[in-house]
Amino acid sequence: MAEIIVIAEHRNGELREITFQMLSKASELAKDQTYDLTVVLLGGNTENMAAQLKDRAARVVAYNDERLQHFDVEYYRDTLAGLITERKPFMVLMGHTPWGMDLAPALAVKTGFPLATDCVDILMESGKPKVIRQIYSGKIFARMAFRNAPSYLITVRGGAFPVSDSCGYQAEIIHASMPSLSAKSRREFLGYQDTSKGEVDITQADLLVSVGRGVGEQENIPNVKQLADLMGGTLSCSRPVVDKKWLPKYHQVGTSGKTVKPKVYLALGISGAFQHVAGISGAGTIIAVNRDKKAPIFRVADYGVTADLLSIVAALKEKVAKK
Amino acid sequence: MNIVVCVKNVPFTQEVDLVPDASKLDIRKDSLPYVMNEWDNYAIEEAIQLREKTGGHVTAVTLGKETDEEVLRRCLAMGADEAIRVEPGILNPDAAVTAAMLAAVVKTVPHELVLTGVQSDDFNHGVVGPMMAERLGLPHASVVNGLNPIDGGVEITIELEGGQDESSRVSLPALLSIQTGINEPRYVSIMGIRRAAKKEIKVVQAEDLGLSADDIQPALIIEEMFLPPETEGAEMLQGDAASVAEQIVRIIREKGVSL
Repeated sequence: MAEIIVIAEHRNGELREITFQMLSKASELAKDQTYDLTVVLLGGNTENMAAQLKDRAARVVAYNDERLQHFDVEYYRDTLAGLITERKPFMVLMGHTPWGMDLAPALAVKTGFPLATDCVDILMESGKPKVIRQIYSGKIFARMAFRNAPSYLITVRGGAFPVSDSCGYQAEIIHASMPSLSAKSRREFLGYQDTSKGEVDITQADLLVSVGRGVGEQENIPNVKQLADLMGGTLSCSRPVVDKKWLPKYHQVGTSGKTVKPKVYLALGISGAFQHVAGISGAGTIIAVNRDKKAPIFRVADYGVTADLLSIVAALKEKVAKK
Repeated sequence: MNIVVCVKNVPFTQEVDLVPDASKLDIRKDSLPYVMNEWDNYAIEEAIQLREKTGGHVTAVTLGKETDEEVLRRCLAMGADEAIRVEPGILNPDAAVTAAMLAAVVKTVPHELVLTGVQSDDFNHGVVGPMMAERLGLPHASVVNGLNPIDGGVEITIELEGGQDESSRVSLPALLSIQTGINEPRYVSIMGIRRAAKKEIKVVQAEDLGLSADDIQPALIIEEMFLPPETEGAEMLQGDAASVAEQIVRIIREKGVSL
């Protein structure tokens, strides 16, 4: 039976959400097409994580070695390349995460199998996978096919697939023996640091006044801050504002910043890249102001205004100050 | 330090309506201006700052047509020492083939460090850097948002999701894919670009790179481009700024936030 392999992702001994998202999609494909489903775990001590995956795949293949404790692209690549070359799974799923972005291209070159990254859907047509990708910042979608190969490598966008409650499996847990790996990786893990702690905690706010690239100039930031203060809200922002060093990182909403859940999220000049949108899925109501009427933010917002944010900020300040 | 930076000229699509062209295999690009890929702007800046600190030589490389030399002129204006364009000729490289071509060129240029952007603004594959590294046999890291040279290597930070960074030490030579925000790219004046227009750009033909038939076989085939499926979308508020502000205030209060 053809096999789908999902590479589990974890950090600090905890499975990442993307693992369950991938396994939910994979089990749906496996059931539709009668494929076998295997999840592969690489780590220092995978016992607890393996137990959490029992109902999610037909088998858990676990590699335990202290060199696999933290993600190391060279050790992970060499271990997985051996496994993939031997088992020739029909499909391998990895997360489109900083891990997967390192690992998947390395595996593709090492094994010679084709890779499609950052996929938001996987379709089966005549026994071959096709993928849907978002290109040009999500303004265009593309359906893509692979050249013929024994195995197809796919990385999956975080949040693209919902997590099902259980996939109804009773996994057999297999402890795989380690291949011979080099003694020293050329990339040495030193540690993790939290980057999002700071003076303001945007995760606790009921009202976030959030500013994006559309603010145009650094000089306009205090103006938006004043509005946030007048409204009793908290100032937050999207990635480009932090990239330009106009606000510290602890203001940033999104996958590399913080996930927020305010009652109201007022998005000013934020285009709505998926990394940002992923951070506001828990917001009660989203109101977006953007000059670009096709901005992706309007696809997820409850209310929208096509306008220059500065004119709306000025009008809002007047309105709130007057009361 | 000898540094090679790979850059790409991409259509500028912010605040622009994009539509697939008649073939549905590409978008209509006739009226779009081109700019340096945003991630690459940070990569070239990082290379130039490193050279300013440690000395060395910065070579900018792009794969593209003659019109794409614009992106190399910009690198030269920012301070790159040398520029190479790989002419694809009749080949239509996908990301995997691009990596094969760029790796073949980088092999011919002395390097301790190779930098790319994490991904390109147009197709967002994010594979060219790490695939090049594998082909060149170099250690690599993606999503690098901090870089410090140390003895025999570099100390880097890698941006993970959820407000965490990873720090790692990578031995040189190495390839790193640079994330936006790692530095503040310098301003380039029109005069600077004009001066750079006089510098020579070396052109290499892709067919002369000695690549095998496998190397130049695309991994992926675009079947169709289409507009995002319609969603219910936002209820658009109408009226002048004052009226819109009034509606926004009303909505915020309705949702239980006191102003």
